[in-house]
Amino acid sequence: MFGKIAISAAFALTVVAGSALAAGEGETTDVAFSFEGPFGQFDEHQLQRGLQVYTEVCSTCHGLKFVRIGALADEGGPHLPEDQVKAYAKAFPVNDEASNPQFIDPATGTARTLLPSDHFPANASQAAPDLSVMAKARKGFEGPYGLGTNQLFKGMGGPEHIYSIINGFTGETKDVGAVTLYENKAFPGGWMAMPNTAIAADQVTYADGTEASLENEGKDVAAFLMWAAEPKMMVRKESGFKAVLLLGLLSVLLYLTNKRLWSKVKGPKLAA
Amino acid sequence: MAGIPHDHYEPKPGFQTWLHGRLPIVSLFYDVLMLPTPKNLNWMWIWGIVLTFCLALQIVTGIVLAMHYTPNVDLAFGSVEHIMRDVNGGVMLRYLHANGASLFFFAVYCHIFRGLYYGSYKAPREVTWVIGMIIYFLMIATAFMGYVLPWGQMSFWGATVITGLFGAIPGVGTALQEWLLGGFAIGNATLNRFFSLHYLLPFVIAALVAVHIWAFHTTGNNNPTGVEVRRGSKAEVEADTVPFWPYYVIKDLFALCLILMIFFAVVGFMPNYLGDPDNYIQANPLATPAHIVPEWYLLPFYAILRTFDNTVWVVQLAHFVTFGIVDSKLFGVIAMAGAILAMALAPWLDTSSVRSGRYRPMFKAWFAVLVIDFVVLMWCGSQVPSAFTGWVGLIASTYWFGYFLVILPLLGVLEKPLLAPASIEEDFKSHYAVPSPGPAE
Repeated sequence: MFGKIAISAAFALTVVAGSALAAGEGETTDVAFSFEGPFGQFDEHQLQRGLQVYTEVCSTCHGLKFVRIGALADEGGPHLPEDQVKAYAKAFPVNDEASNPQFIDPATGTARTLLPSDHFPANASQAAPDLSVMAKARKGFEGPYGLGTNQLFKGMGGPEHIYSIINGFTGETKDVGAVTLYENKAFPGGWMAMPNTAIAADQVTYADGTEASLENEGKDVAAFLMWAAEPKMMVRKESGFKAVLLLGLLSVLLYLTNKRLWSKVKGPKLAA
Repeated sequence: MAGIPHDHYEPKPGFQTWLHGRLPIVSLFYDVLMLPTPKNLNWMWIWGIVLTFCLALQIVTGIVLAMHYTPNVDLAFGSVEHIMRDVNGGVMLRYLHANGASLFFFAVYCHIFRGLYYGSYKAPREVTWVIGMIIYFLMIATAFMGYVLPWGQMSFWGATVITGLFGAIPGVGTALQEWLLGGFAIGNATLNRFFSLHYLLPFVIAALVAVHIWAFHTTGNNNPTGVEVRRGSKAEVEADTVPFWPYYVIKDLFALCLILMIFFAVVGFMPNYLGDPDNYIQANPLATPAHIVPEWYLLPFYAILRTFDNTVWVVQLAHFVTFGIVDSKLFGVIAMAGAILAMALAPWLDTSSVRSGRYRPMFKAWFAVLVIDFVVLMWCGSQVPSAFTGWVGLIASTYWFGYFLVILPLLGVLEKPLLAPASIEEDFKSHYAVPSPGPAE
């Protein structure tokens, strides 16, 4: 019985994939982020601005359940002072108590105040996806022809996808049954459930005087969500760099050893 | 031990003699390391060491990852995030393990195609070849089950499609499938047994690798000329070979270092390039991803599986002749398994008396097409099915079978091979000058 389901699923998905292709994969804008490339690093200030956008705008509907609040103090991340993180945790509301039984105080039946050692709350109140690893769960630059060279040169494009969604609303809406869908150029299929009023220019006021245009808000929150998805990116790149360097050194030594070793067996190559 | 004559371990008086009389383990390592190895091996003979390294890397990183991973449908995805965020060095461990699988398969494909070109599968190395094919098959099984463990969307739906294949087997299919899954659908029981088997199989592979090495240490290595090492006297052997240590150990380590430089660059700078973004979405049995694809290293055989749908006349014929027992689904499964089986049977399908492709002018061209064919199949497997990929996939699949089942047997009859050199020494001397006796070391 299950075999039939699997096969019909396999057939269904080819149809779904075909229609998704027909409707377009969504347009992704290539944004230059500071963390791109082997030596790219997160911009602390941008992450802090992005955190502000997440906190004041996105967190109303989206959870961040795999991210520990205390990680906001980490180097290579937003790098906030410890006392600020404590205050931030204390002020962070639990919007969806049903999805966060771990925060419910059995005595009062309501959510307790959060601590830096807690994770951000989950949020399923509006059926919006959790954003913890969103920046790695979407690709921006597929192809061409399935060759993968776009991803090779432009990155996987998760943050670019997030930026493009925020800046991709056309203002058109349509009602499908009881649900209103909003047209978005970046969304695969073109119509998404996130309302085009979810985020707008000047919805936050940046403390550092950066203009809160929709472009800047999109870039900042996309960078912040990349950090949320890959908080150890700086450590990872550093490890990779050290490994490549040391292996390079070892390669040179082994090359010379090998050459000398074989010189007893093998003379210069003869012309063919 | 039978094999190429060479010096054996002579225990020194005292502890060495004492131990040798009780357990000749030093002798074993000595014989393995000092094996006379053809001195003309080229850079395609380095993949063995790379593969051994990969197996060790996967086992070591895997054991540590297993200490932090939780095989439970509700907790698995979160435990991987825990490894990435809270475990010391966890981010490197996981990316090394995930990309290590890619390096493993890249190396095994180089190794297999090396064997196919230089005729390493031919007598007397059939057993080495068949054991290698079994190892490759177990690698596929291990990689597939490992990919299920993070419990992302592609984990779940990939497992759904692949375990669904067992249901295609007539009669026992459904029962077999339920037995494999531990239930009617993929669930907690499936995840737990896949975790258990994913931990077990690498050790089976390690044992088979030892047998693989044992087998080719008995026959001796093949080499680019395909001409056997002369075994008439020790002087002949010494003219054809160098001891594995230090000559090939150093050479192979140098090659391994270069490959690891690229590997660590991928792990450090673009660890998700080879992965599917959908696997960062937690498994959801109610939402089918738009496009289910396996990891890149399984794509060629996935393409063969998908190609044979019921619009292909061979499938329709099989359906008719077997009174409907062989439907398109079963045909696809048979084709996929058959594609690997055909490769495993190469020693008996290749009728040519010449071993190395270097001296087979017609073979060279057909082999080159096979390599391209493999890449084309890989591309087909990655694509959303369409009429075009259907045609390309069908032609490419047909060539894969045609190469092993028709071309290899016929070439032995039709082809006029070039004259292979009389010995490895002769070939070596025709390519390299005699080294000048350097300063005494």
